[in-house]
Amino acid sequence: MQLHPQDNVVVLTRTVAAGERVCVGGVTVMIERALALGHKLAACDIPAGAPILKYGVSIGSAAVPIPAGAHVHTHNLRSNYLPTYLHATQQRYFEEHP
Amino acid sequence: MTEGYLRSDGRKGIRNTLVVAYLVECAHHVAREVAWPFREQGAHLIGFPGCFPNAYADRMLHQLCTHPNVGGVLLLSLGCESFNRRELEARVRASGRPVATLVIQEAGGTRRSIAEGRNWVERTLRELAAQPRSALPVRELVVGTICGGSDATSGITANPAMGRAFDQLVAQGATAIFEETGELIGCEAIMAERAARPALREELVACVAKAARHYATLGHGSFAPGNADGGLTTIEEKSMGAYSKSGQSPIAGIIKPGDVPPRGGLYLLDVVPDGEVRFGFANISDNAEIAELIACGSHLILFSTGRGSVVGSAIAPVIKVCANPETSRRLSDDMDIDAGRVLEGRGTLEEVGAEVFERVLRVAAGERTASEILGHQEFIMTYKSFTPLGPACLPS
Repeated sequence: MQLHPQDNVVVLTRTVAAGERVCVGGVTVMIERALALGHKLAACDIPAGAPILKYGVSIGSAAVPIPAGAHVHTHNLRSNYLPTYLHATQQRYFEEHP
Repeated sequence: MTEGYLRSDGRKGIRNTLVVAYLVECAHHVAREVAWPFREQGAHLIGFPGCFPNAYADRMLHQLCTHPNVGGVLLLSLGCESFNRRELEARVRASGRPVATLVIQEAGGTRRSIAEGRNWVERTLRELAAQPRSALPVRELVVGTICGGSDATSGITANPAMGRAFDQLVAQGATAIFEETGELIGCEAIMAERAARPALREELVACVAKAARHYATLGHGSFAPGNADGGLTTIEEKSMGAYSKSGQSPIAGIIKPGDVPPRGGLYLLDVVPDGEVRFGFANISDNAEIAELIACGSHLILFSTGRGSVVGSAIAPVIKVCANPETSRRLSDDMDIDAGRVLEGRGTLEEVGAEVFERVLRVAAGERTASEILGHQEFIMTYKSFTPLGPACLPS
């Protein structure tokens, strides 16, 4: 689901299992790990430093180049305001399972 | 249109609770023991744990003890704390409500205080049953909104649906209050465009900037690890979702905890303390904000959740609007409205918004919410400090 025409991310409207293929922004990608509904995928290739747009507004900046279809979360998206707090185990999980 | 309990200041309550309030943590146990046997008959426990004086706590307890949903008040004091119990009792008495203060050191300790307190509560509950009722039109309702246990579905289903209900309430002349400036970080520019007056625009931007400074000083945004499990990555992403529960109406003003809006319309509650950062986080958990919304006169609270919060509140009923369809199924007993059905094609935002509005009217008419049925009456209040509102904040 794309929430706003200008957005460069889309939102999963259902939980997706590992290994499932989904079509995002014209490309078909394989989902490497299960993702709960609400998680974001890149709708196009996003260069490092570019704003991530959701609801038509910036929700932070890409920390690294993000290819179309990739999971967009704490491992590659940084707030422009305040850092996001995660439990240490959660941080490791998100980093090891992008 | 329904009926409310008529109070001497002209406001009307949708519940007729008897509040048992401890004025320091040292009186908490006795207060809880006094209220516990009567919790199903409308006795609610609130209180302030600190022994040091605090103007915010004075104002909060005064506003809560004279809230339209409150019919009578029992104050529980240890006897030596700083809280000014005589002043609070005098103000509650002046409002026409039955009130008593039980001082544990004078009453002879725990056992005698509990017995005396229970006698007073039992007697006063019988008295409250005779409270006169009077017509309560929609325009006299005050509704607060909060989100808690948010995930990435909150901003797509429950919050915009509650926003639609807010628009309908405001259109009918009611008062709607949204809050948590720390969860509006990133939305300040678009929110300011909705200010009813140009001077209010700057105040809206300023109070979000204050929130950003506050949380930056403390090193944490209003963002919990569960938000990230639910697909939210940054505070500004969470903010955009939270912001949508305010609906589309013009913003009539800004209020601070304890300020009752002067007339109908949409208000932003600025919950972040003023001045140097003192006393720690602005709101240590959702119920701290709910207590503030109630102190501003909210008759009931609309609470959106994605991960699944189960809380209710003392004094005002809480309607739980669940954003995530998987959570709705898992925590079905705790939820009032399934907004997540929008994601599964089982309804539209308009339909859920209309359902929220209808539920507000039914709960105002006495229907119990899921958290009321389950006995939730959470309450928490911590130290804070505020300066008075600026002249541009309220409609003239």
